[in-house]
This record gives sequence, structure tokens and C-alpha cells, in this order.
Amino acid sequence: MGCRLCEVACAVEHSKTKDPVAAFLEEDWEPFSHTVVEMIGPVSFSLSCRHCDEPYCVEACISGALRVEDDGRVVIYEEVCVACGMCVVSCPWGAIKPRKRDGVVKAAKCDLCPDREVPACVAACPNRALNFDTALWPGLEKVEEEEIIEG
Amino acid sequence: MVTKDTNCVGCRRCEAICPTGAIRIRRYQGEFKENAYWTPRDLKDLYKHAEQGGVILTGGGNDRPYPIYWDHILMDACQVTNPSIDPLREPMELRTYLGRKPDRVGVEYNDKGEPELKTKIAPNLVAEVPVIFAPMSHGALNLNMHRAEAAAAEAAAAKAMGTYWNAGEGGLHRELYPYGDHTIVQVASGRFGVHAEYLQVSAAMEIKIGQGAKPGIGGHLPGGKVDEEISKTRMIPVGSDALSPAPNHDVYSIEDLRQLIYALKEATNYEKPVSVKIAAVHNVAAIASGIARAGADIIVLDGFRGGTGASPAIVRDNVGIPIEMALAAVDQRLRDEGIRDWVSIIAAGGIRNSGDVIKAVALGADAVYIGTAALLAVGCTLCHKCYTGKCAWGITTNDPYIAKRLNPEIAAERLTNLLKAWAHEMKEMLGLMGINAIESLGGNRLRLKAVGLTKEEMDILGILPAGA
Repeated sequence: MGCRLCEVACAVEHSKTKDPVAAFLEEDWEPFSHTVVEMIGPVSFSLSCRHCDEPYCVEACISGALRVEDDGRVVIYEEVCVACGMCVVSCPWGAIKPRKRDGVVKAAKCDLCPDREVPACVAACPNRALNFDTALWPGLEKVEEEEIIEG
Repeated sequence: MVTKDTNCVGCRRCEAICPTGAIRIRRYQGEFKENAYWTPRDLKDLYKHAEQGGVILTGGGNDRPYPIYWDHILMDACQVTNPSIDPLREPMELRTYLGRKPDRVGVEYNDKGEPELKTKIAPNLVAEVPVIFAPMSHGALNLNMHRAEAAAAEAAAAKAMGTYWNAGEGGLHRELYPYGDHTIVQVASGRFGVHAEYLQVSAAMEIKIGQGAKPGIGGHLPGGKVDEEISKTRMIPVGSDALSPAPNHDVYSIEDLRQLIYALKEATNYEKPVSVKIAAVHNVAAIASGIARAGADIIVLDGFRGGTGASPAIVRDNVGIPIEMALAAVDQRLRDEGIRDWVSIIAAGGIRNSGDVIKAVALGADAVYIGTAALLAVGCTLCHKCYTGKCAWGITTNDPYIAKRLNPEIAAERLTNLLKAWAHEMKEMLGLMGINAIESLGGNRLRLKAVGLTKEEMDILGILPAGA
């Protein structure tokens, strides 16, 4: 319905303090949401990383910072990222964005909130528009569901 | 960030959705000089009249401080000399049959010496919980709310709490035909969406004569609200006003009503009960007697607290009588005439909680309709702006942007929970009265006592003062 609470929840979850007020007003990190709500007419859609089976971003990454984990998550190892921007241009969803923190630019994308049972955006959605469905994950045969939840 | 306080209708949507809980809604104060007679509402309405020269519309139910008789009635409970029942340990029945009951039951013994029912039993609705979702049309509500009500009525059935929902006068969307077994369909003065299939797919048919919030007044769904889906359902062109006349123009008498009732029964092969819904008005008892004699199976009485999608404020606030009085008067009249078992009575209009349901049943109702309570369950905050078509909670709006705020899946769950909670509470209340079936409480006014009512009021309600 376009309330964009998922964006707020994501920015708060990936802030220093994880406090909604501090995240937007007090921290030296800019609030940054990995998901973006796209709206065309009455249709709205919360767009974040789809964790593709064969991700273009991983193919395009020149430094090996982007990898597909055993459980199917596509993750970015920030310390390896050289901020070349290849993943940003290669992602067909536009789900990877450069993020500047502490004066350093790195690629940033959805990490499915490793500290939480359910990603923050899903938990914050007041209308159940976002669902976290591990059944669709290709890596599920390899990894037990509980392990995925534990991150 | 600033707010334009005078435009706030107090729907509390922002308060509910704010992720930091930073918003608090408070009364906007200090506009008019204090006056015990001319209230700020009177003044504002009068200024609006003077500015625009039109009728002031409103939505929701009557919110004026008229007496609330429910709150002057207390229930009985068992002590020492008669045992109460623990509903968690002993069976407790809320099942209610709605429809005509036979005057007497004939039994014949067959060749094997087994008894067989000789009397033909008229078609009845079976509600596992005597709480039915009230008629609210597709148009006044959006399709998401209809989807939720239909799904809730059916989902509850799976949990042995089966009940019905009423599609209201705007027809039934084809998508909801599979829920027909739990659907009461309306035939109202505008006849919107009425056709043979619509009648056949339903569980029961209801002739809408009046509505508690606006007795004697028709309906007007503005053309702007008539989108493609509503146009298909109501069988009118897109963008055209849907005008329901004030009277049913083929029902000017009880005899006419009888013809319409039997036309509907004939159309559905006498397989479904027919209900007649009237607003509670001054001579409601005599009208109800006529309706029973006209062949209706169910009479719905809609009290003056009943809600509406849109009504002139002056009508909503000043017309009709309380459902408690109407219910007691009708039940008594039908009993005096010996025709109470011909019809079931459904009480509607301002049922707020399970206590009201139990009191209504003891006053003579067989079941109740909940409209406002059902809307509250899915988010409504009684801001009374239904008539604007801009419901902030996505309930009474067809704006595709706002209607999305109502997720039918979540709403159906909440409605089912509401039924479940009320059913539990009703069983508790029956148990404490030492009754194990709600039908045993029907019209049992000895279990009610009045506090703070006059003798006349108690006479009409048929109950004694507390302590007597």
C-alpha cells in the first residue's frame, strides 16, 4: 500500500543504534535502506535483492566480494569490496546501491538481516505484503531451515 | 513537519502506523465559547448549512447521548440453590436455527417401529454462533472487506463456529459465489444485482425495507464510486449513480410484501428462508406481526444505533427507536399473538460486545447482526467519514490506493478471532446462568434485571427492577 515502513525498518536495522529516532536524526551514518518501494499508480512494490540463483552481480564482481552462500543467500563481504560499481550496473533489479559510510564507499545490498529470525522489512510490514519464504530457496536441500533462520 | 489540525478527522491511522510512536491524537480545543445548550457540533453544522445550503451527510451509527438500555440491564447468575455450569468442562451449545418452526411436530412409526418425522420442517439457517455479519454492500464497502467477511464466515465454519455474512443491497461479486452457502443476499428497493443465479447461490434472501441509521430513507451510491467491478455486480453502467428509492415501490402493504416474499421463495424452489429487514420505528410490533403473517421466516430489527455508509446527519441522529425496546415489544407482541415460532428475530443496530448479544437473546432475539463491531475488528476507529469514500483504513472506500490497506487475509483472521472470543464469552455467561444452550435463554427475561429505569421502560422491556 506504499507506506514504506519496510524502508524505515531496513534503515533502522542497518544503523548503529537500531533506534528509529537516532538512526534518522542523531547518527553520523546516513540512514540507508536496502529496499526501495516502487510505486506506479495504485500498485506498489518493495524491491530489494532477490537473491537470484545465478546472480549477475556475483559474475560481475571483480574482487570476489559478492558470493553465493551455501544456503542460497547472496552476500557482500564489504572488506573485499573495491567499490568498482560493476554489481550496481549489472543487477537487473537495481537492488545494489553504493553506500558511503565513515567516508568510504562500498556496495550495499539486502543481507536478509542475519541478526533476526525474520528480516526487519517483513516484520515491519503492516499488511503482510512482504513474506519471508524459505521454501523457495534453492539451497534448502543442502541446509536445514533452522540454520537459515539462525543466519 | 506540520499538521493541518482542522482537517484531521481523528481516524488515528497515522498514530497506528508511525514507526516511532511519535504521534498522539488529541481533541482540538478552544474553538467556541462554552455553552451547555449550543454545542460546538451544533454551531459547526449550522455554519456549514449557512455556507453551503445543503444537507449534511455523515457515516457510522448514531453517536448522540441517548439512553443505552443495554447498560441499564444486568444479568442473573447461579448461586447455592442452582448450580452454574463450567463451559470448559461441560458441553455448551450456541447453535441457533433461524427460520420458521412448526407449530407442532407429528411423528409416525414405520413398519420397523421406528419413529419418523411427519411434519415438513421449513428451511432454516444454522448458525453455530448467533452472531452474523450485518448487511453492508459492495459499494459502501470495497471488495476486500466483502472477501474478508465471506472468508471469515466460512473459515469460522471450519472451526465449528459457522455463521453467515450478509452481502448487502449491492449484489454479490461473482468471485464470492463459492461462499454462497454462508451468504445472505439482499433484495432492496434498488434491486441492484438481483437475478436468479444470485438468489440461487445464497443461503437465505433478505428483503430490505429499512435501515436503522436512516429509517424511511433510500440510498445513494455516488457515480464516482461505481467502478467496473461494482458496475458488473450491481448491473448498472460505470460512473452512474446508484439510487435506492426510499420505499420498495412494489411493497406498499403487507399483502404486497407477501407477494414479494413468495416470489423469492418460488424463484428458489422454497429451499431457502426469506428474511425481512426493517428499521425499529414506533409501531414496529404491529409491522413485525404483519411481516410474520406475510410469510417471512426471519425478521431483522435494526435499531437507531445502527451504522450506515452515508446518511443525512439529522436523520441518523434523530430517527428510530432503541433496539432493546423494539426487540422486547416485537417478541412480546408475537408471543401474545401465538405466532412467535413462525419467525426468528435478528436484532441489529449497535451490538457492542458479547454481553449485548446475551441480553438481546434474553430479550427475545434469536441472533444478532454485527456491522460496526465487524468493521471495528478490521481497523475502523469510528471517525464517521464513511460517506466521503476516503476511509483511511481502506474499509469504506473504493479508491484503489486506499483499499489496498485492507488485506482480506488479515481481516478475515481478525473477524474469525472476534467470533471465537465472543463465543467463548457467551458460553461463560450461559454457564454462569446455569443454561447449557443459547436457545434455552431465548426470551427468558427473568434472567435480566433493570437498574435505573422507569416503570414504563421496564414494562416495555418486560423486566423487573434489580432486587425485585
